[in-house]
Amino acid sequence: MTTEIIERPTDQETSDEGRLTKGDLRKSFLLSNFQQASFNFERIHAMGFCVDMIPLIKRIYHDKEDQIDALKRHMTWFNVTPALCGPVVGVTAALEDGRESGKDIEPGMIQSIKIGLMGPLCGVGDPLMWGTLRPILAALGATLALQGSWLGPAIFFVGFNIVRLALLWYLLVFGYRRGLLILDDLGGNLLPRLTEGATVLGLFVMGVLVTKWTTINIPLVVSRTAGKATTLQDILDQMMPGLPALGLTLLTMWLLKKKVNPIWLIFGMFGLGILGYWLGFLK
Amino acid sequence: MSVLQIILIFFWSSIVGAGSVLDSFQTHRPLIACTITGLILGHPVTGIILGGTLELIALGWMNIGAAQSPDSALASTISTILVIVGGQSVAKGIAIALPLAIAGQVLTVIARSVTIIFQHAGDRQAEKGNFRGIYALHFSALAVQALRVSIPTTLVAIFISPTAVRSVLDALPQVVTGGMTVASGFIVVVGYAMVLNMMSVKYLMPFFFAGFILGGYLDLSLLSWGAMGLIVAIVYVQLNPKFSAPIAHLPAGAAAVTPTGAAGGELPDDELDD
Repeated sequence: MTTEIIERPTDQETSDEGRLTKGDLRKSFLLSNFQQASFNFERIHAMGFCVDMIPLIKRIYHDKEDQIDALKRHMTWFNVTPALCGPVVGVTAALEDGRESGKDIEPGMIQSIKIGLMGPLCGVGDPLMWGTLRPILAALGATLALQGSWLGPAIFFVGFNIVRLALLWYLLVFGYRRGLLILDDLGGNLLPRLTEGATVLGLFVMGVLVTKWTTINIPLVVSRTAGKATTLQDILDQMMPGLPALGLTLLTMWLLKKKVNPIWLIFGMFGLGILGYWLGFLK
Repeated sequence: MSVLQIILIFFWSSIVGAGSVLDSFQTHRPLIACTITGLILGHPVTGIILGGTLELIALGWMNIGAAQSPDSALASTISTILVIVGGQSVAKGIAIALPLAIAGQVLTVIARSVTIIFQHAGDRQAEKGNFRGIYALHFSALAVQALRVSIPTTLVAIFISPTAVRSVLDALPQVVTGGMTVASGFIVVVGYAMVLNMMSVKYLMPFFFAGFILGGYLDLSLLSWGAMGLIVAIVYVQLNPKFSAPIAHLPAGAAAVTPTGAAGGELPDDELDD
């Protein structure tokens, strides 16, 4: 196993070769797919992070007491968008590795770097995964699924997981190789750029979805000329297609910000639909 | 329902429950959960259509940090069973799914509190340096989450009476079912609004309105819209003075050679002096 050493950039402060093999990182990668298995409200992913670290701790430390200390170190509160836990595990492993090599790395420093990475990674992970990648793939899949096509669920499942697995693996290796230097990378423009880019893409596609995949028809007759009825919907469509959908979306956003439970909003819309159908102003 | 089907429902709903806490493989999303449940029950296409409809509604259901959203897992598995075995329409399936999503949310909160016990047991194994003990506890906690969905789902699968479901739902008057069909056309905005609120950065909202206006007039596939959005995002990041040195006098091409993936070292970091 030890033949396949991951080489690090030689001109860096972590100039010695790392102890971890590709096999160790692969084990950690497989385990990190189950990052949230023991999710709990007290310490969120604490045990998940510890489990990710186990194959790495086993390789780095041979003294039982050192292993126990490392395990306890990584049973602390941890939370990050699950697809982006790789870089934190990688950097932490690099630090543990350096510590065993006699570098001046205190346990407190490992903790604070872990916590320091969580914030920015959540900041990019949540809009990237939950605001952009998943809604876009889910909407794409759902529109195909509405026609009964197998492609819908398939595109969603395969597409999402390819991106997720690639992020998990490459960022883990990247984090371990770069070690502390990753902090310089993240401190630069990379994360804010990625976050803003993902947000622009997500917002743009949401705008398209609001007008294209929302159906509101208001068949109220406004005027009748030469036997041809003009409905309120016709007038609204002439102004700009999708205006009622936009209004309803903005209203819902406002209500959600006022902490109204989304489920009640959905029930309210059922009520509106039934009322509208009964009185004839919605069809 | 045959015994084999009930066993398969148990296994699949366990995977859905596990997926719901992991949030990795996405087996808990309606698009996947309803499809496979439908397949087990012999009506895959109904499952796919119900999954697609529910997916659009659940688009914004996401767990950020420790906050819990409505539960798509239980809503998907049980509503698919009720629609297929009870012979109901997809629109009625949606109406059934929503109360289930609330029930599932309550169960999730309970399950994620129960796993605190596993966390503390994990501490004791760490004290002993017992790697296997930690693995075992980590994955046992996952089993709790799996059973959270598979127990209620399997109970419904065993005790469901098609005639009872039918008689209850068929008793709904036409105005209610018609109104629900109308509502299912615009209920999706709740999902959109949840995503938008999560992304909400006021100064980027023009991109939302741009998508809205263009989408109203142009007839492109969703994939093309995604590509358009990506291009807009890349150009925005490239041209944004926040992310590049003040090189206004240079031709546009010079600013364009800063791809998003570039490492921080290639750019001057102290650019915000304009």
